[in-house]
Amino acid sequence: MTNPVSFLGYRALRFVEELGAMAAFTVETARTIFMPPLRFEAFVRELYKLGVRSLFIICVCGLAVGMVLGLQGHHTLTRFGAQRSLGAVVGLSLIRELGPVLTALLVAGRAGSSTTAEIGTMVATEQLDGLRMLSIDPVSLIIKPKAVAMLFTTPLLTALFIVCGLYGGYLVGVGQFGGDAGSYMSSLRSNVDFHNDIACSIVKSAIFGLLLGLIATYRGYTSTPTAEGVSTATTSTVVISSVTVLLTDYLITAAWGI
Amino acid sequence: MMERSATRDFLVGLYVLGGMLAIGYLSISIGGFSWRHAEVLKLSAAFDEIGGLTKGAPVVIAGVKIGEVSTISLQDDFRAKVQMDLDATLKLPTDTSASIVTAGVLGDRYIELQPGGDEKLLKSGDQITFTESAVILEKLIGQFLYGTAKGKVGESKSGSATTPAATAP
Repeated sequence: MTNPVSFLGYRALRFVEELGAMAAFTVETARTIFMPPLRFEAFVRELYKLGVRSLFIICVCGLAVGMVLGLQGHHTLTRFGAQRSLGAVVGLSLIRELGPVLTALLVAGRAGSSTTAEIGTMVATEQLDGLRMLSIDPVSLIIKPKAVAMLFTTPLLTALFIVCGLYGGYLVGVGQFGGDAGSYMSSLRSNVDFHNDIACSIVKSAIFGLLLGLIATYRGYTSTPTAEGVSTATTSTVVISSVTVLLTDYLITAAWGI
Repeated sequence: MMERSATRDFLVGLYVLGGMLAIGYLSISIGGFSWRHAEVLKLSAAFDEIGGLTKGAPVVIAGVKIGEVSTISLQDDFRAKVQMDLDATLKLPTDTSASIVTAGVLGDRYIELQPGGDEKLLKSGDQITFTESAVILEKLIGQFLYGTAKGKVGESKSGSATTPAATAP
């Protein structure tokens, strides 16, 4: 392994292997989705853990980002005498880019890490093997509800993040700088389009949710069954999720222009 | 976890409802989503020169926005064909004319329609025959500099497809 060329080859092989294993894991999870038992109760429990308990951080961060955008936008737009388009600046940046991406990063840190840690601990304490002995498929009982809940919850949190952000921008632009409330809302409404902006934002965040759910559950499911293994898996979930979200965001925007 | 199930279910329900409301608010109030977007009056018009007109540019009558440009393409005779999606409730006579105008001196281009007096109305898919092309300021300046404009600027409201720009040598 001292030879740098063979080290590179080893890493490349490991990377491809990992991608293949993840694809197989995705297929395995997708296969169980419509097979009974549907595990609706577990799905609701996961929605509570991943969604309801992320609400506070999402709303506070959304408000903060909206307020910062309001401040920055106000200063820049004043230079060109275009304070009336503050609503469009805040709205378009939140809806098209910041909303989906920042929500995905927050969800990765808040919910993705805990999902990995939970599954990793189950692996380390041999609970999944126990389930297999009872001939219960752990993918159906544990993985599926978490992955589906993540896919479902990310667009909802994104929408809430955006609404909080719009309100934050309104607070700064109208409340602090005494702008016109009507022009904030009308520049927002006339520049935001349903098909080009809102629908794409929701599709984008659903893609992020899918990736986050798969990465978090896969990392936990394949973690080394030791205390250190769980901690490594949790860290790598956050790192891989963040990088994947940002790279995917670029690819989606470049390919579809949304 | 199990004993708090009822409260938890309620909170999850509230959360999902709130998220759906947020999506609905963004779509309908901010994004202007509507179920009846299929009902549009589709008209087309051919221009010699469209200047900087782009897809999505507004179409107005008397300054009121009534639709937007949906597609721009080049015809076989090298004129620009502009498709417009207009409000379906409009009753436009067949001798309506379309002109490309500029907001301000160097502002965005948009299409202004001037309804005529004919009793027959334009139907979806019809073509507006009376058009007036965009005025390209640079070309006009060039014409003045070389003395070829001959004072024809401003008399172009003849209802035909000729423009000051088109009379250039």
